[in-house]
Amino acid sequence: MSETVENQGRRDFIVVATNTMLAVGAVAVAYPLINQMNPAADTLALSTIEVDVSAIEEGQAITVKWRGRPVFIRHRTAEEIKIAEAVSLDDLRDPQDDASRAENPKYLVIQGICTHLGCVPLGQKIGEVKGDFNGWFCPCHGSHYDTSGRIRKGPAPTNLEVPPYAFLSDSVIKIG
Amino acid sequence: MASPEFKNPVVKWIDHRLPVFSFMHHELHEYPTPKNLSYLWNLGSLAGLALVTMIVTGIILAMHYTPHVDHAFASVERIMRDVNHGWLIRYIHMNGASFFFIVVYIHIFRGLYYGSYKAPREILWMLGVVILLLMMATAFMGYVLPWGQMSFWGATVITNLFSAIPLVGDGIVTWLWGGFSVDNPTLSRFFALHYLMPFLIVGVVILHIIALHRFGSNNPLGIDVSGKQDTIPFHPYYTSKDLFGAMVFLTIFASAIFFYPNYLGHPDNYIPANPLQTPAHIVPEWYFLPFYAILRAIPDKLGGVLFMFGAIAVLFVLPWLDRSPVRSGRFRPLFKVFFWLLLADCVLLGYLGGKPAEGIYVTLSRLATAYYFIHFLVILPLLSVVEKTRPLPQSISMPISGGGMGAAVAAKRGKADA
Repeated sequence: MSETVENQGRRDFIVVATNTMLAVGAVAVAYPLINQMNPAADTLALSTIEVDVSAIEEGQAITVKWRGRPVFIRHRTAEEIKIAEAVSLDDLRDPQDDASRAENPKYLVIQGICTHLGCVPLGQKIGEVKGDFNGWFCPCHGSHYDTSGRIRKGPAPTNLEVPPYAFLSDSVIKIG
Repeated sequence: MASPEFKNPVVKWIDHRLPVFSFMHHELHEYPTPKNLSYLWNLGSLAGLALVTMIVTGIILAMHYTPHVDHAFASVERIMRDVNHGWLIRYIHMNGASFFFIVVYIHIFRGLYYGSYKAPREILWMLGVVILLLMMATAFMGYVLPWGQMSFWGATVITNLFSAIPLVGDGIVTWLWGGFSVDNPTLSRFFALHYLMPFLIVGVVILHIIALHRFGSNNPLGIDVSGKQDTIPFHPYYTSKDLFGAMVFLTIFASAIFFYPNYLGHPDNYIPANPLQTPAHIVPEWYFLPFYAILRAIPDKLGGVLFMFGAIAVLFVLPWLDRSPVRSGRFRPLFKVFFWLLLADCVLLGYLGGKPAEGIYVTLSRLATAYYFIHFLVILPLLSVVEKTRPLPQSISMPISGGGMGAAVAAKRGKADA
């Protein structure tokens, strides 16, 4: 080995260039190997449903399946709406007023997935525990939600999520 | 050391070209082992036995199992009812997981008491913690495969732990699921990984044994071997002792398999998974309960997850938290007390993890969680400084044949003769 200084610089360039190309190649190979685990095209394709809400009586709630998970649709009573609207935002962990959560205050449409660790909260069926705030109660780790699906007590960090939805007519909503 | 002289010419011919026989002779026959090991030193070989049992029964189960949400539950029931001896093989595999953890937990507490994590065995210890983590991941994914209610909701809750990570959390969870909930893509990848990970464990176990054989086993006195008089060859002494331990272990294991095969399981897992309904009381398998209790004790989502993983991370750095030069708890009067308190604390956490998260259980979980971390982060470093340890014996042979009992007996005999 009898390189001059100039030679050394050229060699360094070759080493750096080779390593850079190796790194680019490694990323290019790793990306599809990792990305294959993300939702597949057919999974993504199944992502809207239409629901007729006219059959839900006042005070009743139904659960529909969207993206493999439950969506709660509750036809709220006047009293439930009043309670939800009366809450001061200062009392909320994740402040959101009721109007921004329910486009039509009569129908509350929320994802039935506890924001803590993903269990399905109770409170949909008659006779189920509804928690301290008369909305939903998650039996896994004890989160209480109010009549607007907002977190009031327990470990969950945020309100029950409102999925993207729109009223196609007075009685039909499209979720997703 | 010189290679042994093999008599069999075929063995000799092969060994000259591929020295596997020399290697085995070296590591399993003449391998010098401290002569004072107690039965607590059986647990390593028992863990190996449990691992092999799990791999053999697991491969057989995979031949009959269908990793699809529509067929998984029914295929497990078919194994239980129709496949020849399927019930036996599945019960061995199912209970084998529990017994593997029992063995490994005793193995870990043995190491904690006798200071087996101290220099020069730090890497040996850390490899052990890696094995524990791999075991937990494997056990968790295996539990999902029967696709019962507990499988589904256990998978949902545990994968959701990652959603606590700020910014990228939700993306990671979707990536883990391969969809928007635990579903068929999740099941098939868990099956693939559940099949893979035991072989990773085998790999780390080999490293664990290489690190072990570098300095040899620690021993109940926790002092270094001072010469040939302190050791005995592994074979036949410890091979026969390990074999005896294995027989005792298999007797207990078989009793569970044949008489109480579902004792450690949850009846809810014999209900097919229903993504629209969470069982009223979901709990993980017993071996995760202490960690589950820590998760629930912290009233913050991210905090709970960090503390839960921290409970294992703290074991990684244990060799640098306990700076006392004395290894064995026998010569550490204060450490000994705190060791038993820690064990009691872990049992308490296990109990609390199985209880609903309400009332007194939450308060107790918080206290027990705090104590767990205080033990490792405050008590152990403090003890390294303030504790006055008892004098160590000069060598392993000394308390046996030098002073101590041996000498007393010899003196007595001398008197009787006179």
